Amino acid sequence: MVDTLPIAVTVNGRRRTLEVAVHHTLLDVLRDQLGLTGTKECCVVGECGACTVLVDGSAVNSCLVLAVEADGAEVTTVEGLATDGRLSPLQNAFLEKGAAQCGFCIPGQLMAAQALLAQNPHPTLTDVHEGLAGNLCRCAGYQQITEAVMAAAEAAVR
Amino acid sequence: MNGDRVGASPHRVGGRERVTGQQQYVADIRLDDVLHVKLVTLDCARARIVSIDTTAAEQVPGVRLVMTAAGLPQPVPRFGPQFSDRPVLAVGETKYHGEPVAAVAAETKDAAEEGARLVRVDHDELPAVFTIAAALDPAAPLVQDPEIRPTDPRAGTNVLREHRFGWGDVDAAASSADVIVENTYQFPMVTHFAIEPHGFMVAPDGGGIACWSSIQHPYLLQKMLARILGLPLAKVRVFAPDPGGGFGGKQNPKLEPLLAFIALRTGRPVRLILTLDETFQSVRRTSAEIRVRTGFHADGTLAFQDIASDFLIGAYVDIADRVVSKGSYLAAGPYRVPAARIVARAILSHTTPATAFRGFGNPQVNWARESNIDEGARVLGIDHLEIRLRNLARHGEAFVPGDTPADGDWVQTVRKAAEMIGWRTPLAPGRGRGLAVGLKSGPTTGLSYSTVRLLADGSVLVYSGTSDMGQGARTIFAQIAAEELGVPLDRISVVSGDTSVVPYDQQTSASRSSVLMGTAVLFACRDIQEQVRAMAARLHGLDEANIVVERGMVRLPDRETPIVDVLRSGLGRLGGELIGNGTMRKEEDPGHPLGGTAAFFEFNCTASEVEVDEGTGEVTLVRHVTVGDVGRALNPLQVVGQDEGAAIMGLGHTLMEQIILDETGRIRNLGAIDYRIPTSKDLPLELRSASVENADGPGPYGVKGVSEGALLCVAPAVAAAVTEATGVVIRDLPLTPERVWRALAERPGPAEVSR
Repeated sequence: MVDTLPIAVTVNGRRRTLEVAVHHTLLDVLRDQLGLTGTKECCVVGECGACTVLVDGSAVNSCLVLAVEADGAEVTTVEGLATDGRLSPLQNAFLEKGAAQCGFCIPGQLMAAQALLAQNPHPTLTDVHEGLAGNLCRCAGYQQITEAVMAAAEAAVR
Repeated sequence: MNGDRVGASPHRVGGRERVTGQQQYVADIRLDDVLHVKLVTLDCARARIVSIDTTAAEQVPGVRLVMTAAGLPQPVPRFGPQFSDRPVLAVGETKYHGEPVAAVAAETKDAAEEGARLVRVDHDELPAVFTIAAALDPAAPLVQDPEIRPTDPRAGTNVLREHRFGWGDVDAAASSADVIVENTYQFPMVTHFAIEPHGFMVAPDGGGIACWSSIQHPYLLQKMLARILGLPLAKVRVFAPDPGGGFGGKQNPKLEPLLAFIALRTGRPVRLILTLDETFQSVRRTSAEIRVRTGFHADGTLAFQDIASDFLIGAYVDIADRVVSKGSYLAAGPYRVPAARIVARAILSHTTPATAFRGFGNPQVNWARESNIDEGARVLGIDHLEIRLRNLARHGEAFVPGDTPADGDWVQTVRKAAEMIGWRTPLAPGRGRGLAVGLKSGPTTGLSYSTVRLLADGSVLVYSGTSDMGQGARTIFAQIAAEELGVPLDRISVVSGDTSVVPYDQQTSASRSSVLMGTAVLFACRDIQEQVRAMAARLHGLDEANIVVERGMVRLPDRETPIVDVLRSGLGRLGGELIGNGTMRKEEDPGHPLGGTAAFFEFNCTASEVEVDEGTGEVTLVRHVTVGDVGRALNPLQVVGQDEGAAIMGLGHTLMEQIILDETGRIRNLGAIDYRIPTSKDLPLELRSASVENADGPGPYGVKGVSEGALLCVAPAVAAAVTEATGVVIRDLPLTPERVWRALAERPGPAEVSR
């Protein structure tokens, strides 16, 4: 038998109570139990960043967090960025700059960027490169992604 | 509305889905009642399978089936795009690290994983070959069963094929050359590392099957499954959601046949999403060792090229032999070369099957040829830019005698790159610059169908079987429809990824889609324009000859009106739609060494400025410039994305990427921790791309293929820059800090000389 535990998490503003397998990661639960497939699975060792979500405002690799560890936390996924169907400034900037190519890494890039800008609203280029270094993009739209983050930061200043 | 048309950069079709998490990749699609599949593999490359005990696995709660080769039709079906050599599951022996020997299907992923751990495979490890030298040893074990190619005299060796191309008399040219430079270059084994691991699902569907795959060639998969399962094409429905990156690695079928047999046996939908590690074990680029002997006249003009390449392909051929032949055909480069001898061998080994990978054999050859030209230039004392300008074929020149002439102003491309990098400007101490050109043949055959439906309200559906894996194909097709039919992009949908709905497309590869599928879409739109013309003639009682329909407008003798206005009146009260069809066929040419001429050439010039840390061997890219001859940029922002993305991917194999094998053929750096690809911190300090647009391509509005050019010659440009900065020549990739540092340490130092 698989051991399970009850947890309560707030995901994208909605409170959820769940019974989760103790060995399942937050990524597993988001994708398989909550159907939030915007968060992507790739390396499952915390190196690629495709599964990045916000837990209590910090960017984390959800493949490295057990679901039970998220008990009581506030989780934001890519599905939680737009409000009432309106894209966030970051999402708009990603579209505008052509930052999304195949798109598979983009949810993780967006969440990492969201955390970066929350912490550092006026980043330098180096700050952005540093802040997103844990999010791999094989289409390598790094320059467009960086431009998008800078543009979103500037838009917020205006 | 102008922002929607050709030449503009509207938001990507599918962009909104990509930034909101709504884009559905294979792994995001949920099927009811699905069984999860986990593969069983061995921890070595080559082994004899003595027996497989499935008892313990079958007792795991939730396990429904353990499939082994014995459970498959006998003989076990084999498949492959070039040779039918890959079995659905390993038969008798495994041939590479990670080859599946069994598969467990269970109600949950956990149960499938537990079951897979409990399958006991009694096996004996066998001698195996992982390098060119070992594979060519006369005593080497054979990788491929000689029965796969019974009439081939080479079947008793690990040389799959040897390709020979060339012209002129190399030996005579050698006797008149002033300088001959000969060197051997290595290109590493690297893997695609699309961020989306490969994923597959199959479900019984009516009298046939439905298959979901992150595949670039859904129609090839459909054909292959139909053959293996003995089903009509109409009973094999392939859904191909946008791949999360392809780069060639997702061209060909892999585990879909296995899943089909499990689905048919269990009567249930089945799902297998590979881990990244398993994806590494599925695809890679061919490594290569290339000997280049180049003859020069004193003025730097080329006398001959003599190029012998050995490509290490994997245990199953996949499309790798084609990579070898097509990659080598243009080995002499975009130059006037009076004589050329090109020999290329595809050598089998007990390693991951090599397949297509962005550049398709050309990056390896371009690396060697361009580097050797630079070595000649150093001997002759000629500038690296100058030696290329002296030799480049001019527009219209048949640089391969008797074949398609140069289809662009390549000198213009090179001059532009030189200007952007500041070629003749002074260099800071410790820095160096390099410049190289890359060339690749576009598709040699092609067949693309498109249907375009102009609906009663003036909105448009475009059907295209191209896989949109990040290159933005759907955006391009929507822009073409917007241009031709005068409909804004937000009223156009592009339908793809379902072989039961969307007409046939041969494949998504070789940077073909804007040219070939783009033309099919264009023709389908023109078909609609013709129907609108007839409609307008009928409505206005005019002769069709007096009506012109183009670029969204209907021009009558006395006025012009948008197509959609004519449509509304023309369709009348019953409504309906106009349906246009377009076909683009690029015929074979059986007399051509590659079976067909290139539809276009991808030509690129890359220039790089580097700084080398002599203490650590680390190479910093101060400036990197890539210029492609694209014919016409239908969507400039997407061209930049392709060019910069390809450039950065090229920096991967140039500076850091290589698969490392241990003595049993296991991949030592399996996965994201130990196999490094460029991150945002590896971006050149300045990265710039540009396009040459002379509208001289064969596709709509003069477009050529775009997506591979900027990767072709990154390595020789960067390596030449490293040489200029340090005086050291390195002929092996990647230029890791360790390799560079060692080369610097072995360099005869000035202190030594003075003593």
